[in-house]
Amino acid sequence: MFMFEKAVVGSRRYWLWILGLFAVIGVGFLNYLRQLEVGLAITGLNRDVTWGLYIAQFTFLVGVAASAVMVVLPYYLHDWKVFSRVTILGEFLAISAVTMCMLFIFVDMGQPHRVMNVILHPTPHSIMFWDMVSLSGYLILNAVIALVTLSAERKGVAPPNWIKPVILLSIPWAISIHTVTAFLYNGLPGRSFWLTAILAPRFLASAFAAGPSLLILFCMLLRKLTWFDAGREPIRRLAVIVTYAMIVNVFFVLMEVFTVFYSGIPEHKLHFEYLFVGLDGHNSLVPWMWTSVILAVAALVLLIVPRWRRNDRILAVTCVIVFLSLWIDKGIGLIVGGFVPSPLGAITEYAPTLPEIAITLGVWAVGALIITVFYKITLSVRESLA
Amino acid sequence: MSMDRKSFLKITGCAVAGAIAGGKLGGLVAGAEDAEYLPAPGALTARRWGMVVDTRKCRKQEGCKDCIRACHQAHNVPQIPDKTREVKWIWKEKFEHAFPSQETEYPNEELHGRQVLLLCNHCDDPPCVRVCPTQATWKREADGIVMMDWHRCIGCRYCIAACPYGSRSFNWGDPRPYIPKVRADYPTRTKGVVEKCTFCEERLARGEMPACVEACPEKALVFGDLADPNSEVRRLLRTEYTLRRKPELGTRPEVFYIL
Amino acid sequence: MRDRGWILLGLALFIALVTFPLWYNTALGVAPKQLQLEKAKGEACVYETAYMRQHHMDVLMEWREQVVRRGNHLVKVGGKTYEMSLTKTCLDCHRSKERFCDRCHDYAAVTPYCWDCHVSPEEAPVVAARARTADER
Repeated sequence: MFMFEKAVVGSRRYWLWILGLFAVIGVGFLNYLRQLEVGLAITGLNRDVTWGLYIAQFTFLVGVAASAVMVVLPYYLHDWKVFSRVTILGEFLAISAVTMCMLFIFVDMGQPHRVMNVILHPTPHSIMFWDMVSLSGYLILNAVIALVTLSAERKGVAPPNWIKPVILLSIPWAISIHTVTAFLYNGLPGRSFWLTAILAPRFLASAFAAGPSLLILFCMLLRKLTWFDAGREPIRRLAVIVTYAMIVNVFFVLMEVFTVFYSGIPEHKLHFEYLFVGLDGHNSLVPWMWTSVILAVAALVLLIVPRWRRNDRILAVTCVIVFLSLWIDKGIGLIVGGFVPSPLGAITEYAPTLPEIAITLGVWAVGALIITVFYKITLSVRESLA
Repeated sequence: MSMDRKSFLKITGCAVAGAIAGGKLGGLVAGAEDAEYLPAPGALTARRWGMVVDTRKCRKQEGCKDCIRACHQAHNVPQIPDKTREVKWIWKEKFEHAFPSQETEYPNEELHGRQVLLLCNHCDDPPCVRVCPTQATWKREADGIVMMDWHRCIGCRYCIAACPYGSRSFNWGDPRPYIPKVRADYPTRTKGVVEKCTFCEERLARGEMPACVEACPEKALVFGDLADPNSEVRRLLRTEYTLRRKPELGTRPEVFYIL
Repeated sequence: MRDRGWILLGLALFIALVTFPLWYNTALGVAPKQLQLEKAKGEACVYETAYMRQHHMDVLMEWREQVVRRGNHLVKVGGKTYEMSLTKTCLDCHRSKERFCDRCHDYAAVTPYCWDCHVSPEEAPVVAARARTADER
């Protein structure tokens, strides 16, 4: 079924990696069982900061999922043949990321066994409802597209014609998942930090930098560990995409900074002050945020200078830097920063607990497992064709 | 047998799905057709419930917590020692936190630091209701109360993010160990659900005023029908200068304050 | 299908394992457990006993919907009016949750979550006592 038999044969190294992932998943799962028993009290969340690591990972990973469009769009819409070997890698990355998104939402729920209530009582005026629709739709689209094109490749035939409109649909759909995710936050009257129309564009820009960075790293990793070589050209083109997206992202952030500080409205300003200088001595996120800024500047320099961008070794480092910078920005600062100070002016800090981190790592390991298995299948299919 | 593996899986899959769907439908036996459901006869009703908090009267009794105690006892609200995870339906907060935009750098010595009673505003356009993905919280059409259905809440905490007044609390763990005098005529909550003030809808149904209103020794809390021009709340709004919390957000709170 | 023998053997083993408790108990001659439920105080339930036995959960779900979401608190059935309340109306006749609800739910191996929030009068002091000890800790 779906060529899964190809994922159960592999080298010793492959199996060690899979085993390691299962171990991390197992630890995460045990901690989740404890969370089911005790409640979300095992996390570092509190009255004022009610969303933390889980929802932040969800937000970040929606971006990674949406970024598949950065290979799908050039390949299918502009006929960039160079992406023919990497497009499917992007689609599988999307499948893995969306699955992690759903798991992060699930582990964040206080009453997970009531999850079907979202479907039993559909509520169009809730953005959360639309997020569920867009995420599950995107998962199905990518699963269908990737598996249909891969099995056509295996049989050595052209993919069926009906898949073309499905692929075209997946392009605006990718934009929609991250737009709707931004709408989750920027439609809330009392949360000034998120109350900005540039949130969705900013989300998309950072996503189109972080996702393709990850894809470049995967291509390099595959070249190193397997027979598969995506080629230099796709990596170079992806690097150009990362460059533009990162520039646009930093530009958007600076626009935000200007609006907030030039207008000087305290409710908007306080959140930035908390993140970058601290408020009333509460400053646990300050080192993180400045790390993110420094990494972003370094990444821009390394990306913009053509010689450095075209150097594979430097590019690998740059991609790690881009990913880390954006992960801190979106995976920590953006969510927690929106809650501090609270609407009543309270400053309560948040730090994830060990069980919370273990559950988070467990979900990431599920994502890694999914991507490993799908990449393994893809490579096996292509190996047997070669 | 000429069935290949794929079609075997397809057929068995369909059969299992069908059996599950059939079982579900079979369970929905229409019973109790002759039942007739009625509202309670002696209930207090209004077209738009609202409240006026007279902080001048409230202030007369320094440190009085009668309303808070009455409410929290009536509703099995847990007394959680960890302040960062407490559950509260009605509580006191400093003036400058309750009305942040009213604060200046030259504080009025009467207002600054004054304890103001806060509770759910039962907004006319409640953001919490807008965002709830399951309609576990909704605004009652009949009387405007922003209700909670604790059976349906999935604990996503979107409503807490949406509420600009901090009126909602989440049960991070099992609340029961922190309820000193549990009463059987009102449910407790369980871990993983959000809770808040319901304007004592269960007391209104019995013909009683909200617990906080009844408990106040100074009669500082006035509860009534905002849609009725002759009600006491409307009289106060006509004659006194009142404030709403964060009116600029367009939520139209139905709790008003006389300073 | 060359693996037919193995598949059939596997299926047979699976069925044998799953039904093990049944034939094991039959072989040992264990008598089925008798369910002893406390008799209700009142004359008749809101609906007939046979109907209630099968559908009390549906009735309770409907009551919950009516009370919480529609603001109806009373139900009129066959000329009689009842307050729709688990702890006030149901437990008024079925005095003991422990000897009625719990006993049957244990027998049927179901764990409804009603009692995660709703408190029976007999249990209220127990919950309170537990809270006090937690307080002292």
